[in-house]
Parts: sequence; structure tokens; C-alpha cells
Amino acid sequence: MKMKSVLMASVFAGVTGAAMAEGEVVVMSWGGAYEKSQVEAYNKPFAAETGITVTMVAADNPATPLKAQVEAGNVTVDVADVEFSDAVRLCDEGLLEPIDHSILPPGDDGTPATEDFIDGALQDCAVASIVWSTAVAYNTANVEGTPTTMADFFDTEEFPGKRGLRKSAKATLEMALIGDGVPAGEVYDMLGTSEGVDRAFAKLDEIKSDIVWWEAGAQPAQLLADGEVAMTTAYNGRIFNAQVAEGQPFEIMWDGQILDYDLFVIPKGAKNPENALKYIVYSTDTKRLADQASWISYGPARKSSAAHVGLYSDGKTEMAPHMPTSPEALKNALVNDFEFWVDMDAELNERFNAWLAQ
Amino acid sequence: MADTTAGQMLTTADGRPLKQALARAQRRSRLRAIGLVAPLLVFIVVTFIVPIGQMLHRSFHNEGFTVHTDIGSGTRTPIMTDLAAWFDDNPRGVEPDEAAFSALRDGLVHLGELRAAGSAGTRINYGYAGSRSMFTKAARRADKLEPPYRDAFLDLDEQWGDPELWSVMRNATSSYTVDFYLAAVDLERNPEGAVAAVDENRQVYVKLFVRTLFLSVLITFLTFVLAYPIAHLLATLPLRYSNLLMIFVLLPFWTSLLVRTTSWMVLLQGQGVVNDALVGIGILADENRLQMMYNQVGTVVAMTHILLPFMVLPLYSVMRPINPSYVRAARSLGATSWTAFRRIYFPQTVPGIGAGALLVFILSVGYYITPALVGGADGQLISNLIAFHMQRSLNWSLAAALAAILLAGVLILYWLYDRLVGIDNLKLG
Repeated sequence: MKMKSVLMASVFAGVTGAAMAEGEVVVMSWGGAYEKSQVEAYNKPFAAETGITVTMVAADNPATPLKAQVEAGNVTVDVADVEFSDAVRLCDEGLLEPIDHSILPPGDDGTPATEDFIDGALQDCAVASIVWSTAVAYNTANVEGTPTTMADFFDTEEFPGKRGLRKSAKATLEMALIGDGVPAGEVYDMLGTSEGVDRAFAKLDEIKSDIVWWEAGAQPAQLLADGEVAMTTAYNGRIFNAQVAEGQPFEIMWDGQILDYDLFVIPKGAKNPENALKYIVYSTDTKRLADQASWISYGPARKSSAAHVGLYSDGKTEMAPHMPTSPEALKNALVNDFEFWVDMDAELNERFNAWLAQ
Repeated sequence: MADTTAGQMLTTADGRPLKQALARAQRRSRLRAIGLVAPLLVFIVVTFIVPIGQMLHRSFHNEGFTVHTDIGSGTRTPIMTDLAAWFDDNPRGVEPDEAAFSALRDGLVHLGELRAAGSAGTRINYGYAGSRSMFTKAARRADKLEPPYRDAFLDLDEQWGDPELWSVMRNATSSYTVDFYLAAVDLERNPEGAVAAVDENRQVYVKLFVRTLFLSVLITFLTFVLAYPIAHLLATLPLRYSNLLMIFVLLPFWTSLLVRTTSWMVLLQGQGVVNDALVGIGILADENRLQMMYNQVGTVVAMTHILLPFMVLPLYSVMRPINPSYVRAARSLGATSWTAFRRIYFPQTVPGIGAGALLVFILSVGYYITPALVGGADGQLISNLIAFHMQRSLNWSLAAALAAILLAGVLILYWLYDRLVGIDNLKLG
């Protein structure tokens, strides 16, 4: 009798264990307001329609734990949300599952997925969901006048006060060159030469003593609110959140903004690869991407989604002007050149760190 | 004769030789002791020694350019074998000939089939910036290249002819390398194979090692200066007051590190409490607010405060049992209060100073989160760059080399301490 019940119990446990494993997908993302937008726009409807449980895990940068997990052969996430250069690099290092683009549904206007996604959004192992931007934001309470160009960001005489910049060569060097008058289209050609790099550092030298460096995405809004800096670079979604949800008197200056993608990837050795693929296919369709934009001001990676972007989840704020992809914002914008950074990341950051320590 | 010896042999009550019985009893108790220690031993080996060993192994072992390991199946395939053979046959300084480029081409075709061009390129990219995309691009087109391969490669990218690139590839064809240690002390191997300093505008690690040591010594000294009187007060006050004071020491100790660091940010920042107070009472003009954060000052202030309990507690534990009558006896024999302190009281507290200083110093050498938050540009320590290479550049071999150097430095200092002060003189509480 006892034997039998033990046997029953283990069989039962085995069955439910299998069922659980089939009905689950673990997604690793960046936490904060961004994660919330994914939970609302993707996870909830996905779970409701498919019955698959979605578990969300947060990381500072999902690419790091992902690399560690795959190399250690103990992968606990099925889908990860990573930056462009990381997606390409991890894919080239063979740490990601290739994704067949033909399984992605066409846009709701019938455009095939390969054409509906914006340029570069589909990679061998990755599908982009959002376009985000690093742009300059300022606190109208602490800045007299209206800065309009990247040159104003570097002009501490006309606009006195400290400047916040992300402690990283990426985006900082590009902005320095744009601030020095280099047109957005020529920035990467120039950064590829040693004179260009010298020029960027020379520009940064002008304001070096006025720079407050930030690292976590939540810091810039805090620095602006505290009056620690007059202007800072920031992820546009965080500033939007402070503007709309917290009513802070912040403004974004779109001139010289740098656009980047976040992409979904599946690590090699994921426990639920089929569910992971289902999740990605579901989340990156026209409607979900448009939905996500109603929770945070990051642009959808599909062209067909733009028409559906409406109001913020408070029901009254029009999202379109807050998007980094709005025509106004795109006037002098730079798209992050992932290949440049995959190659030059080590070299330029080395120099950047040395420059910082001087 | 033999009989008498046997007759004299001591036996236990049940007739076994005593020596045997004793050995068995001892073996049993030894086994029991091992059994008791085993869980901790296994725990330490699994969670501490093995991971640290693996990490240190990475610092001199990188297979990026020698072996490709397929993640799914775990199959290990040697790569770039022909090129490695060419390097073996041709000493350093030989201009890469057609055979070398042909070997490179074969290696790239193989990389393309394995989808491993990225990881191989990443390995070379550590030593030669920009080569990563040269590898991925060339691997994509390798099977379409036509001989002569030398010209074909130079057509793809002129940098394929760069002797420096070939030097880096030569170094990388061996899995075991000291390149990462060289990089960790701002050195590199030039195309002739000699060790040379890297460009001045890329030198950073030595400077940060020195800064880390300097700031750690400074912080250790500051905590000592601050903690000594506090610990003395705690040790000499009546118990009911000293208990209350002890809570003031322990409360921050029990508070989360992040909370304490952010509290210092609130206090020290430009629009923070300290500056506001100074401006409010008229000491500072509003536009001359002090810059106390995002620099070394912020790092030193916050870390000194955070590490203070590690100095107070060992000092307190040695001061508490010091008999006050020794000092009184010295005074009664004519010593001034300074002499009594210097010759009687202070020597008795040295074990506590040693323990506190060692604790604070070792903790501050590896400190990471506080300098990251309040350190700005010039308050960074070497641990911040280790974190950078772990988390952002994903160059774990370099991170491991930096960490190994830091570890070695701490061990050397520990050894010095043992020689100078003696580790037996340590009293941790």
C-alpha cells in the first residue's frame, strides 16, 4: 500500500513536472519601467492565449549572465532581451540559437516580416522589438533658455551647469563629434580614424571637469531632479517616465540622439526552445509592438506598428511626439553602428578608461 | 629471548595488542573528525576554490584561436591548425608568404563551417582592434577566394598584411599565453616579439593598481584614526553607556551597503545636505558649492564610514580586557600620561590594530560598488575595471588576469605583514 502510493506520487510528480516544463518560458530583461511594459504588452496576453506561464527575470545587462550560463552549460533562461552589439557578438560566438525569419508573421497590412521590420532589426540569431535612444535631456527649472543642438550641450558658458554622461565610450564619443560640428552621417567614418578619436576626446576635454558620469539607467533622471546636473544624456524612456508619470519639468533635446535596438535572442541550450520561439513570434507582431509603445516611449521595430501607436496607458498623453522615431526627433539622429562597436569596443573603451583615469 | 619480549607486550583486556587497539581507536576518531569537517570542506571546495581556480585558469588559458567547442554537443574541434603549423615552421619576423595565407584561408573556411569566426576573431581583437569583423567577413567569403591568396586577402582588407596582426595571431595560436597578464600591466608584445609598453593614451591599469593601493592605505589609516578613540571610549565607559554607543557602531554595520552609499550621496552632492547647510550659514557662496562627490573625496569619505566598524570591533575586543591598573601603575611610577599610553596601553592594543587594519585594507582593495556610485572618474578603483571586463567588454581572461594580480598583491602584503608583525599577533574579536 505504502509502496504503491510512493510510486503513484512519483509518477504524478513526473507527469506534472513534464507538464510544467512544457508550459513555461523564462524571459530575462532589464527590470524597471521597461520590464513592466513587456509584462503588460507581451507576457499577459501571451499567457492568456497560449496557457504558457511566462516568468520574468531582471538583470543589469542580460548579455552577461547569458554568456556565463551558456558557457557553464546550465541555461535557466529561454529568451533574453539584449543590446544590438551584444546580440551580434553572442551570435558570432555561437552562444545563440539561429532564428528563422520566415516564421515571423507579416505586418497587419500584409507586408512580409523581412520588409516590415526596420533595417537591421532582423539578425541571424535575434529579432528586434524596440528602438530606444540615448538623447540629451535637461531640467527646465535649472536651465535658462532652450538648448537646441548638441553643440549647446558642450557649451558650458552659454548654458552653465554640470553635464551628465554615461560612463562608456559608446554614444559619448559620437555625441562629442556631433557637438563639435560633425554631421551625423560622417560620425563613424571619422571615429574610425585616430584623428577622429583624438578630436572626440579633445571635445570631451573641454567639459571634463564639469561631467558627472552615470552608469545605471535610473541615474540621469535622479541627477536632473536633484539639480546635480543641468543637462544629461539619458535613455529616452526613463526621461519620458519622469516627465509623464512623475510630472518632472524635463525636456528632451532630440538633436544628435543615438538610436539603438533591443533584440530578443534564444540562448543555446535553453530548456524550452519551442516556447521561446513562440514567445518571440507572438511578441514581435504588429499589435504587440504597438501595445508596448503605450507603456513606454520606445519605438516599435516594425513599420506597420507605427500607425497603431496611440495614447500612453494614462489614457491622455499622446505617445507619438515622445517617440525617438518621430519625424521631429529623427532630423539629426544617428543610428548606432553595431559593427563599428563590436570591433572597436575594446580599443575605444580602453582609451576611454585611460582618459578617465588621467 | 623472543618469548620474553612477546610476554612483555602490552595487551588490552580482550587480549589484542595495545598498539593495534590504539591505532584503531585513533583512526576511528580521525575518520569522525574528517566526517565532521567534510561538509564544510566540500562546500568551500565547490563554491570557492573551484570557481576561483577556474577563473585564474582563464587568465592564462584562452582557446579562442585554437579549439572550437560546440555549445550544444560539447564537441571540441581544433581550429587554425595549418596556420599554427606555419608559425611553428617559421620563426618570428618571417614575412607571411603564400603558404601562410593559404593556411589562413583554409582555417577561415573551417571557421565558416563551424560558425566560429566570431569567437576566433574576438580573441584576435583583444590584441588587434578592428580584426573581429575582418575575420567574420573573410570567413563568409573564404571559400570563394582564388589563389594567390595573399593578394586575395589584401583585396578584402589591406590590414591582413599588417605584421602586428600576424604577431597577435602567432601569440594566439597557443592556448596558454601570458598576453592577458601583459595587458593587465599596460604592456604588449610588439611584432618583433619584445615586450613593450602600450601607447600612453591607453595606459590605465598600473595607474589604477597604484591608486587602489594608495586609497586603501589612506582609508585604513583614516579608519584607524577615527576608530581608536571610539573603541577606547567603548571599552572604558560603564556598560550601560557603552552598550548604547555600541549600537551606534553596529546599526550602520547592519544597514545595507547600498543604503549607506546612497545616504552619502544625499549628504555630499552639490545640492546636498552638507552643501546646503554651508550655504545656509553663509560659509559658502551659492555658486561655490564644494565638489565632494564623484571624485576621490567621495570614495574616501563613503568607504571610510562603511569600513569603520571593521576597525572599531577588533580594537574594542582587545581594549576591553586591558586592565586599567597597568596604566595607573605606570603613572604612579612617574610616567607622564603620554608615556604611559605609548609604552603601556598602546602595545597591548597592537593585535587589534593589526587585525582591524588587515580587515579594512583587504576589504577596500576589492571594493567595487561604492566607488562605482560615488567615485566619478578619478575615484575609480581597479575592481571597477575588473567589473567592466566581466560585465561589459566580456573579456573574462583580462578580468581574470587583473584579479589574479590583485590577489597576488594582497597575498604578498599579507606575507609581509606576517613577517613584520606576525600573524599570531592577530586578534579578530
